[in-house]
Amino acid sequence: MKEVIKVQAIKKTYNAESIPVHALRGVDLSIQQGEFTALVGPSGSGKTTLLNIIGGLDAATEGSVLIDQQNISQLTDSQLIDFRKEHIGFVFQAYNLIPVLTAKENVEFVMLLQGKSQAERDARVKDLLGAVGLSEQIDRRPNQLSGGQQQRVAVARALASKPKFVLADEPTANLDSKSTADLLDIMAKLNREENITFLFSTHDQRVIDRAQRIVTLEDGAIISDEQNAIGS
Amino acid sequence: MILKIAWRNVWRNKRRTLITAAAIFFAVLFSVVAESFNRGIFDGMIDNTVRFYSGYGQVLKKGYWEERTLDKSFELSDSLSQQLLSIDGVDQLVPRLESFALASYGKITKSSMLVGIDPSKENQLTGLSKRVVKGAYLKADDQAILISEGLANKFKLDIQDTLVLISQGYHGVNAAGKYPVKGIVSFGSPELNATMVFLPLATAQWFYGAEGLLSTLVLDIENKSTAERAVAELKKTLNADDYELKDWKQMMPEIIEMKALKESSNKIMLLVLYLIVSFGIFGVIVMMTKERQYEFAVLLSIGMQRRTLSMITWLETVLLGVFGALIGIVASYAMMYYILLNPIKVTGDMAVAYEKFGIEPILLTSVDLDIFANQAITVFVITSLIALYPLNKIWKMKPVDAMRS
Repeated sequence: MKEVIKVQAIKKTYNAESIPVHALRGVDLSIQQGEFTALVGPSGSGKTTLLNIIGGLDAATEGSVLIDQQNISQLTDSQLIDFRKEHIGFVFQAYNLIPVLTAKENVEFVMLLQGKSQAERDARVKDLLGAVGLSEQIDRRPNQLSGGQQQRVAVARALASKPKFVLADEPTANLDSKSTADLLDIMAKLNREENITFLFSTHDQRVIDRAQRIVTLEDGAIISDEQNAIGS
Repeated sequence: MILKIAWRNVWRNKRRTLITAAAIFFAVLFSVVAESFNRGIFDGMIDNTVRFYSGYGQVLKKGYWEERTLDKSFELSDSLSQQLLSIDGVDQLVPRLESFALASYGKITKSSMLVGIDPSKENQLTGLSKRVVKGAYLKADDQAILISEGLANKFKLDIQDTLVLISQGYHGVNAAGKYPVKGIVSFGSPELNATMVFLPLATAQWFYGAEGLLSTLVLDIENKSTAERAVAELKKTLNADDYELKDWKQMMPEIIEMKALKESSNKIMLLVLYLIVSFGIFGVIVMMTKERQYEFAVLLSIGMQRRTLSMITWLETVLLGVFGALIGIVASYAMMYYILLNPIKVTGDMAVAYEKFGIEPILLTSVDLDIFANQAITVFVITSLIALYPLNKIWKMKPVDAMRS
């Protein structure tokens, strides 16, 4: 299998000059193409920090992150933004769709930033919203959708740019059981059928149960990394 | 898509947008109304003065403007006449010979301004015949005068009564004559009404001993914009050693100064007004930026470049301003145009003040496009400057910190 993400000796220290807080204490992690991985651990264990560093949203104090063998720590701010646009899909806890755009336009948006043609955008939007079960809601704005529907649009948006992998930070934190189950089914299906790589941070046992691989963080260090035989 | 997002964002909070747009609307409306009335009134004043007497330009013998003596009179040669008439926009030349004279009737003697005119050309320029309130207008070969109503009242004289005129003529010659009153003319300006006496040009030249001479040659030009171009062209070609050319701005500096003074006080008032409105808009933009900090961070995270996001927020702010300005401009244009067609009549002391300047006591407005364009530009500049605030936040924003906060 191809290695998509390689995290090498990552350390992250906040307030290094006053009272240092060590969020990550030398993390090594390798994610292969097509993996469905959950990052778990208690609050403050460093899950979100690690996701942010992998996603190029935050910089490590030490160490490096290689995405498809490219060291993203060496990219400028503008290059990082372009890199995220082309290679990484994000799903946030609070959905974070653009409130003034419809579901269709939200999914289309990243492709528009990529300069894709209208025909290509239309076809992909149709496929993705169909895949997440929202073909009937394409013209609704976020405030006309339920939380679960919004998060499904967010997943479709994350996949619109055909990223190398999707990072999802607590994607089910605001969802009820039914919506969580639906969302997990959709992501598992996309992972299984289209070989899309997912990396979650989560507290949610329902998500952990569906993960193929579970990486546990505690106090900024990986304390276990195991395969989950019953995942997905 | 950028424009679509910006436009929809403007309407995310309809009430806030409408309140902000209303503030801009009233600022624009007030500014346009103030500027439109100011320009309308002063343009009317200038136009009135120009049409009544001075014209948009005058050719004088060099030194006449300062000394005001008949010794600085000149003869209108064919070559000078051709040179002046060859300038595009100069329709005709209106000659005058003017000086002060003592006017006497019975036991009363008063100072007067005695002006020799070509009755026909003068009438085309100033419409003097329309001011005749009693008697008849002059003919070129008349040996008679037109006298202003105020002066006639002081003398208590009527048509066919004879006025004695005494003055100093060309090169110190004694000037004296008796002339019957052919007509009485009325002016709005009390000053003119109390001093003016008109003679046909040839009669005045004979009276002053200045055969064939003129003190002033008024250029009859249709309008202000043509006048500015024609005067500029003439200034290049006129023999500056013998003649001088005065345009309307030089001839009525007091009106120009008064207009500038009024414009300055208006500008200070509008500055205060726009400052208040600017702080209002700024408050809205600060609020909007704070509310959308998380959203901006998400957009940066999913791959929108800072410059694109900056463009969207700048557009939103400018669209908000332009929307308010646009409805303000439309409403104020309609209002000012209506008042231009149906002027407001001025009454009381204000009417007296207007008439003192020889102006019809009505409030004129101007609908010059630059008045409206200036407001659009002002709002555009203000909103563009205010938009620097969210732009600054976006350029300094770290997505992770913004999402965490």
